[in-house]
Amino acid sequence: MADTKEMKKALFGPIIDSNPIALHVLGICSALAITTKLETALVMSLALTSVVAFSNLFISLIRNQIPSSVRIIIQMTIIASLVIVVDQILKAYSYEISKQLSVFVGLIITNCIVMGRAEAYAMKSPPFMSFLDGIGNGLGYSFILIVIGTVKELFGFGTILGYEILPLVQNGGWYQGNGLLILPFSSFILIGLMIWAIRTIRPEQVEPKE
Amino acid sequence: MSAKKETLGKTILVVVAVCLVCSIVVSGAAVGLRSLQETNAALDKKSNILNAAGLLANASSKDEIAQIYANRVEEKFVDLSTGEYVEKPSEDFDMYKAAKQPEFSVKVDTSEVKPGFLRRSSIASVYHVKDEAGKVTRIVLPVHGSGLWDLMYGFLALDEDGQTIRELIYYQHKETPGLGAEIQNPEWQAKWDGKQLYKDGEVAISVDKNVGNGNQYAVDALSGATLTSNGVENTLQYWASENGYGNYLKRQSWKS
Repeated sequence: MADTKEMKKALFGPIIDSNPIALHVLGICSALAITTKLETALVMSLALTSVVAFSNLFISLIRNQIPSSVRIIIQMTIIASLVIVVDQILKAYSYEISKQLSVFVGLIITNCIVMGRAEAYAMKSPPFMSFLDGIGNGLGYSFILIVIGTVKELFGFGTILGYEILPLVQNGGWYQGNGLLILPFSSFILIGLMIWAIRTIRPEQVEPKE
Repeated sequence: MSAKKETLGKTILVVVAVCLVCSIVVSGAAVGLRSLQETNAALDKKSNILNAAGLLANASSKDEIAQIYANRVEEKFVDLSTGEYVEKPSEDFDMYKAAKQPEFSVKVDTSEVKPGFLRRSSIASVYHVKDEAGKVTRIVLPVHGSGLWDLMYGFLALDEDGQTIRELIYYQHKETPGLGAEIQNPEWQAKWDGKQLYKDGEVAISVDKNVGNGNQYAVDALSGATLTSNGVENTLQYWASENGYGNYLKRQSWKS
């Protein structure tokens, strides 16, 4: 069993030190598309975190049985099954949000973070550590999504989680919503700014010049 | 990676075992949660109809929505070519599913208005909204048509004169948030209240720029969403015409 220090590293490391979006630049597509509102960003984070954690756990459990010639397909099968289960649960218990997320839950299957962690970590590590690593990477993804979702919803719609903070001109207030921020591509700029900020705090993340 | 786990038999065994377990989990989840999901979808539809009926404000819980719906709303089936009521075609009738089956649907006449779909069901579901005494006060009609990105589905609520609009509630669409998706903005929805579908028996409703307050036949277009606004206009003009609910609204069978 790994010691506490290593567990902490697996769990909290991916939030800033090795953030899957900011450092590895994985899982960008969904981060762009579903951060328009904070609520969908939160649910998406939760869905992705549970999928990464459990796919890491299950893959790690059977890692010694997986023949290396078909390992990618087996990983995909497990990940896809988990995603379908998450999608079904969302439809059953959170119908409104599942309608908004629609296709993006299904697309967790193609999210590189899930596959990346399965291949890079779960195939070589014991189940419990893999599970923690999955949660950690999910948290790292969530961290970026929540920050971007907050910025986009606050300055794009003037609300946080649907509560009005800056009253919009359309609704008789004074704030003119920033139309750029409600379009998906503005996340590119925001993610870029976040990567800049993180690399200023942690200069060791900057790649050496070629 | 030891050589041992690379034999063909072992590989096939592992693949089959993984697939088997995964399929059991997936089908277990799908079957186990189906009834909950269907309840959700049905409730969602009911609450949208109540919203169009102007009754949703009275309902705060799921049970109340179901109860008010049961007391005040009645689903009817209309043959769109004649405008007369017909029997429920089948137990699980759905006009959007029927539109995909050749024997239950007709080709859309796109010579005047292009609503953005090619076939529609020959029988439509309509909803009578009744007051406490059982008198029909509103008619809720399902409408759909294409917006900028995809089909937009909504409910159009009319007064019992079959021509005054009360609500236009969109419940499913893929329009751009903040631009086209403003069709769901309560401020914009409120603009439909009191508008007239027909002028001297002709379809007159439109979505235009700079409409002003006095115009009974037009609603302000959404800024930055011209194609969505055009889509809404086409949708309403199509469904108000004789290809849509025109015959039914002229006949006014709910009064007899």
